[in-house]
Amino acid sequence: MWHELFLTPFLTGLALAVLLPVLGSYLRLRDEWLAALAYSHVAAAGALLALVAGLAPALGGLAAAGLAGATRRLFSRRLSGGAADALLLSGGWALAVLLAANHPLAERLGHALFDGQLYFADAGQLGLAVGGGALALFALRRLSRHLLLARIYPDFFRLRGVQAWPIAVGFDLLAALCLALATMILGVMGAFSLVFIPPWLAFRRAANWRAGLRLALAIGALGYLGAFALALALDQPFGPVLTILLVMLGLIVA
Amino acid sequence: MTCLLRAQGLVAGWQQPATQPLDLTITAGEVVGLTGPNGVGKSTVLAAIAGRAKVFAGRLERAPGIRLGLQTQDVPPVVGMPISGRELLALTDATPTGLPPWLADRLDIRLDCLSGGQRHYLTLWAVLQAPADLLLLDEPTNNLDQAGVAHLTAHLRERAENGSGLLVVSHDAAFVGAVCDRVIELGAGDVA
Repeated sequence: MWHELFLTPFLTGLALAVLLPVLGSYLRLRDEWLAALAYSHVAAAGALLALVAGLAPALGGLAAAGLAGATRRLFSRRLSGGAADALLLSGGWALAVLLAANHPLAERLGHALFDGQLYFADAGQLGLAVGGGALALFALRRLSRHLLLARIYPDFFRLRGVQAWPIAVGFDLLAALCLALATMILGVMGAFSLVFIPPWLAFRRAANWRAGLRLALAIGALGYLGAFALALALDQPFGPVLTILLVMLGLIVA
Repeated sequence: MTCLLRAQGLVAGWQQPATQPLDLTITAGEVVGLTGPNGVGKSTVLAAIAGRAKVFAGRLERAPGIRLGLQTQDVPPVVGMPISGRELLALTDATPTGLPPWLADRLDIRLDCLSGGQRHYLTLWAVLQAPADLLLLDEPTNNLDQAGVAHLTAHLRERAENGSGLLVVSHDAAFVGAVCDRVIELGAGDVA
């Protein structure tokens, strides 16, 4: 019974708890952590829009976030200081709330997206989280040196005659798709807390980059395990429990 | 000697011309100093050679296939990031061999836990020791104490003897005198 009810959601969330802190470390490196929240809101709006249009919400969420990730760089050139992310976040939130307010089915899904619906994760989502997560981690490993160089020595690519934009756009797209997937499963704030808090703590404590990635991953995974057990024991929604646990951990460690 | 860079009547700038016309040649194994008062566009010339700033007039020719290295006065944003000196050097394929002893044993410490001078020298070293045929250095002695300047001077001479060309912008007259084979003074005045 436990197996049927909880093992699939548990493993689905665990896969994301491993992926998101690592992804968040690179978002923090690039000073783009706000983009994570923007992608989550855009994914929520896209999922609701797809539902209203009679399409699969998951596809709508992934498509909307993917579009935002692929085109974000066009806006951020003109809208500096994080304004592009703030506008995406605000626009995504407004559209999602309006859709939820005007369509009964969208209202139900809207609640699920913002609160998190981990316990309803099915085998398809488990496959996406494990397969997509493994692919994303592999891509991040390949991109890691380029992302670090682009941040610390931004002229390096120009001097070597290498175009930097494919790496930047590729990373944006990867981050957007990962956040869309995580939003569908963990909810907006559950996904954001795993992307933001573990890397924030790891950046303060770790001795080097590799140790920072390991520490972020450990904090994310431990926080997830604790939150999963706590939410079940107290019969509370998972997303807020995870977020409160990570916030408390952050305040204590920081 | 192999000519690495040739500029004739080069006028560089960002939105508009910001330098007087400059003639410049750098050959392999040569260290050329570029001096002049603040605001004459020394850093802009380096930026134009590196492809960051615009060339408004004149010609700028680089030897085909040469690899450039550029050190700017911008401080790499490493504060708050868990990046060690060893990781920094690995990023640019720079070797730690030859680092001064006061830095060699601090490679595994986070960059933002080092002193300003130590951090500057390590970020400079990551550029100096990266594979490059022509190095462009902008005020490399900033933040360095006497020991740092002496080590840098010796290293740049060694780098030139091994065949690299160097263009060095600096206000430090003693350093320029010690390290450069010749010096070009960029003139002030109205920009055409």
